[in-house]
Amino acid sequence: MDTIFGYPGGATVDIYNELVKTEIGHITVRHEQGAVHAADGYARASGKVGVCLVTSGPGATNTVSGIASAFMDSIPVVVLTGQVPTSLIGNDAFQEVDIVGITRPCTKHNYLVKDVRELSQTVREAFFIARSGRPGPVLVDLPKDVIQSRATYKTIKEVRLRSYNPTYEPNAKQLPKVVKLIRESTRPVILAGGGVILSGASDALRKFAKKIQSPVTATLMGLGGFPASHPLWLGMIGMHGTYRANMASGECDLLIAIGARFDDRVTGRTDTFARGAKIVHIDIDPTSIRKNVPVAIPIVGDCKITLEKLNKILEQEDLGDFKKIRRPWFRQIEKWKATQPLAYHQEDMIKPQFVIEKLYEVTKGKAIITTEVGQNQMWAAQFYKFDYPNCFITSGGLGCMGFGFPAALGAQIACPGKLVVDVAGDASIQMNIQEMATAVQYNLPVKIVVLNNGYMGMVRQWQQLFYEKRYACTEMEAAPDFVKLAEAYGAVGLRATRPEEVEQVLNKGMSTKKPVIMDFVVEREECVYPMVPAGSPITEMLLV
Amino acid sequence: MVANESTKRNILSLLVDNKPGVLSRVAGFFSGRGFNIDSLCVSETTDPLVSRITLVAMGDMAILEQIKKQLNKLINVIKVMDFTDTEFVQRETALIKVRAKVNQRAEILRMVDIFRAKVVDVASEYYTIEITGDEGKLSAFLRLLKPLGIKEIARTGVVALAREKK
Repeated sequence: MDTIFGYPGGATVDIYNELVKTEIGHITVRHEQGAVHAADGYARASGKVGVCLVTSGPGATNTVSGIASAFMDSIPVVVLTGQVPTSLIGNDAFQEVDIVGITRPCTKHNYLVKDVRELSQTVREAFFIARSGRPGPVLVDLPKDVIQSRATYKTIKEVRLRSYNPTYEPNAKQLPKVVKLIRESTRPVILAGGGVILSGASDALRKFAKKIQSPVTATLMGLGGFPASHPLWLGMIGMHGTYRANMASGECDLLIAIGARFDDRVTGRTDTFARGAKIVHIDIDPTSIRKNVPVAIPIVGDCKITLEKLNKILEQEDLGDFKKIRRPWFRQIEKWKATQPLAYHQEDMIKPQFVIEKLYEVTKGKAIITTEVGQNQMWAAQFYKFDYPNCFITSGGLGCMGFGFPAALGAQIACPGKLVVDVAGDASIQMNIQEMATAVQYNLPVKIVVLNNGYMGMVRQWQQLFYEKRYACTEMEAAPDFVKLAEAYGAVGLRATRPEEVEQVLNKGMSTKKPVIMDFVVEREECVYPMVPAGSPITEMLLV
Repeated sequence: MVANESTKRNILSLLVDNKPGVLSRVAGFFSGRGFNIDSLCVSETTDPLVSRITLVAMGDMAILEQIKKQLNKLINVIKVMDFTDTEFVQRETALIKVRAKVNQRAEILRMVDIFRAKVVDVASEYYTIEITGDEGKLSAFLRLLKPLGIKEIARTGVVALAREKK
């Protein structure tokens, strides 16, 4: 940990007074929600624990959306909140709120430190819990009198908790059963989730997929865990997954899920999901297994360790000619791909998908992409081909609008030399646009691609498809001029209104050494396809 | 909660850290899913750092299975035991304040004797009776006392331990 994202206040002023004397960097955000999202983006881009520090009361409550987002996506974040002095807790004191109570259901664990002698142990535990097992956010509430008191620092070498012991090593008896199913399968599919990225399993996964000759799909959180340019890649699964990924998941006889939790946006109707398949589920969190779908072989363990062990067994086995056995399966997948590729029709107006495709070309697929939530997020997931882990940073589980921009700032801090791009919509970017001041203050050259359609696009899409085009309250009838807005903050604003301007604006934006907003005025009523209506089988898609 | 085939009365016994907030975390898993906790009993064990929570809840087996897994995941929960469908001993104590008119006292004392209960307080109009037993015994006793006029009841909630192998 080298940087804290935070916002000072009355309850934390003592910490700040000491913080400036240390080597630890501090990024002063403009809203506490931004601080948590930034810590989240930092954690995802670096693989380290993200840290934020906020004051009591409103400072603490403003972190809740950020904490809930990190919780749903299993991101290691430690949130330090100031609290009123212990003598005033429960007294309705100024800027008092029971943040431990409020965040109990959306943190992996949380603490109220009531004695300074517990402080160092508690902070150690917080970091240990945040990053171990299935990672997640941990909150530590620090009353002002505890912060102000003195104690001798005790070094703690190792944290041990008798009631917390994540299982990293898979049960060895389960692995040969998986190999047996692989051997028997003619139509396998691997489903990679966010756990692949969190455990650093992408190399092991690539080896595994190649060895068993299985096509690979991924959840939104798993994108980048398997290279999108790989011949075995199927594209994303789920509500806006590719036709071939969804069809293959429907028709497979073996589904190997790795670090995925079978979210409803992934499975569609669960009783029809992968109906003919035996499911192998590898996950470090036993509560994820058999939560939503029946599983033939459950394996509780770390994705990377489990895949490496499977690879070792597979190396020693004579597996026969998988390529030959699976030829009809690959032929079928090719057919699906050929009949229904991801597509859009470029007409007079700029198509948002076209912007993402060009973004991929201009950045050569090497940028860290963060997203807001909605259509922008889905188009980024569909049309940017992620070849590397830790490069796609999105609020997957919570779907928290306003996530992408502060997360991009955190990612930029973690990877100063990298190009970091936030793919945004005109609605969601306004949810945390105030962080532009943070970007300018710390000279974080984050690029924002606004797909500007003047709507809350995804809700509008639902209204178009399922609510007789009644666009109730989803039109952004007033919006700032994003170019002028960028300039007002001291950043750079660019705009494209015609398809032929897109590449030029992207090139100019990417080569600018400052934060940039690129405003792409796109086709207003473009929809994200394929789309599986909520609650339908994922093989029943609405197509372009 | 509407009972259906998969709905069952579940007795869970949890060993947890004896710390503030732990009960709230445990209870939160039930309330968050709209489950009612029918009875709850918490006390320290032989190890002062550990408490035992005995909890009775009606609910769908599949959802309770999920709740159990998630309880296990809580940092402060050391062990979760489910006594549903296992051999266990359960007891509950109740204090019952029953109207005891002069002409009914003999009848009440006979019942107290039969149920091996105890009269622990006597007032001019009321007896307070202490009774310990499993749920069946307590509800039978209460059914018999009811026509006499029960003024107040306090029940501890079920406590339970698994039976050792014979």
